[in-house]
Amino acid sequence: MSCENVIEIKGLVKRYGSKTVVNGLTMSVREGEIFGFLGPNGAGKTTTLRVLTTLTDFSEGTVSVGGHDVAREPKEAKAIIGLIQQQISLDKDLTVRENMMQHAIMHGIPAAERRERIERLSKFIGLGEYMGSMINSLSGGWKKRVAIVCALVHEPKILFLDEPTVGLDIQTRRLIWDLIRKLNRGGTTVFLTSHYIEEVEALCETVGIIDKGNLIAFGTPRELRERVGSSTVEYPGEDHKTVYRHFSSREEANRFASETRGAAVTIRDTSLEDCFVALTGKTVEGGA
Amino acid sequence: MSLLRETYAVAWADLRFMRHHLPDIAVSTLMSPLLYVLVFGYGLASYMTGDGTPYLAIVIPGIAAMTTLSSSFSSTAARLQVQRLFYSCFDEMMLCPISTPAMVLGKAVMGVIRGMLGSMAILCIGLALSPGLILSPLLVACMLLSCLTFSFLGIATALISKSHQGMTTINNLVILPMTFLCGTFFSVSSMAPAIKAALFVFPLSHSTEAARAAALGWEFPWLSLLALCAFCAAFFILDVHLVRSKKS
Repeated sequence: MSCENVIEIKGLVKRYGSKTVVNGLTMSVREGEIFGFLGPNGAGKTTTLRVLTTLTDFSEGTVSVGGHDVAREPKEAKAIIGLIQQQISLDKDLTVRENMMQHAIMHGIPAAERRERIERLSKFIGLGEYMGSMINSLSGGWKKRVAIVCALVHEPKILFLDEPTVGLDIQTRRLIWDLIRKLNRGGTTVFLTSHYIEEVEALCETVGIIDKGNLIAFGTPRELRERVGSSTVEYPGEDHKTVYRHFSSREEANRFASETRGAAVTIRDTSLEDCFVALTGKTVEGGA
Repeated sequence: MSLLRETYAVAWADLRFMRHHLPDIAVSTLMSPLLYVLVFGYGLASYMTGDGTPYLAIVIPGIAAMTTLSSSFSSTAARLQVQRLFYSCFDEMMLCPISTPAMVLGKAVMGVIRGMLGSMAILCIGLALSPGLILSPLLVACMLLSCLTFSFLGIATALISKSHQGMTTINNLVILPMTFLCGTFFSVSSMAPAIKAALFVFPLSHSTEAARAAALGWEFPWLSLLALCAFCAAFFILDVHLVRSKKS
């Protein structure tokens, strides 16, 4: 894996009127890694992603993607990125193939290559029999697959995914995970936001946690676990609420558990979800 | 990619859309102007104006100009609004390495084609009904400029309106009054000076005046053509600004 940073964010501030949505965000993503961006609802994840993909202007700071300043060289940046959005954003008046062709044409892919690329990607993702269907006749999962092909047809170096598996069945979710891994093995850098902690845990080498527009944690899942405490003790507290305590070693956790009176005490490794809750004070859905 | 290639890339999807809906588009483009020809033109075909010109010859270029407004504006505005507010695929376009002027030009292509098809069909019918009409290159150029102007206006409307209702309101406040007040069925130049000045605030008045003069071989109102060019440029600049402002 190369150590070159392909995404560099320095002092990013985004305001909507008097409301600051992203507040001085500084971080980088290395070439060839799968980066997971976590945060409660309204934390600034999607805004950051829209800034990185040139869809939204920002108030302060510098942002570069693939060595291109997104404010000064948006066209160059757009040429090397792909985005799979949370909501389906396909032209429903066109067929599956036409949607893919449109993306290929708009990315300036030579006519001779378009058909071959589309056929290859569609075959891989299992869309073959639906190529002539109108978008509206497909289910949500199939529409997502079309959106994926559209985002990949110009072979982007950096792929952004905003909650890519929300609302999808297990089969499609696994297919998307496999695709992300395959693309990454081929050298594509992946920047992913997700509500599913297990998705981030399964895929990401580095994780950033954002809350109220501030980056509150950044590192590998293991580093984040160690920061919070690698062992967790779970036991029932007052009002039937489960209490979680984190310890830097299993010995400390065992000692605490033996001192705790009560039957249902669980000792386990700290998960990324524990880190998220401990660092933000919220669940992924945004509840305290 | 060059500006031309980028423009084609943006227009490609709209051209495919047209292919899917060809019968619907033909009916919706031609129905209302044909009814106008039937009611206001053919029904009053025997009437003459003061200078002896058949009323049908007066009204046909006006209806052709009005068709450039209705077809170009509504087709561009409706499709872009649906893409932006309901399909969310406007964002996908913004993600592609396409310059903003090419994006605006590309989105205007379908409006220009539909406007030209509609207005040329009306003029051809007019030529058959009223032999005094002249289908000159100048008239075609006027129609083309008119279609482009109203397509740009349609893009601006689709980018400004925040809902389907907002678009209906703009239609009722701007487009509908233009249809009836901007010289489709009468000559704006023959109005009282104050009314004439007020009506020339609208681009369709210039489009109608230029089309009628070119079709009837009257002295050509170059100032109207210049005004139409200015409207076209202003709407284009507004569109570019609106597309860029969608990022903030």
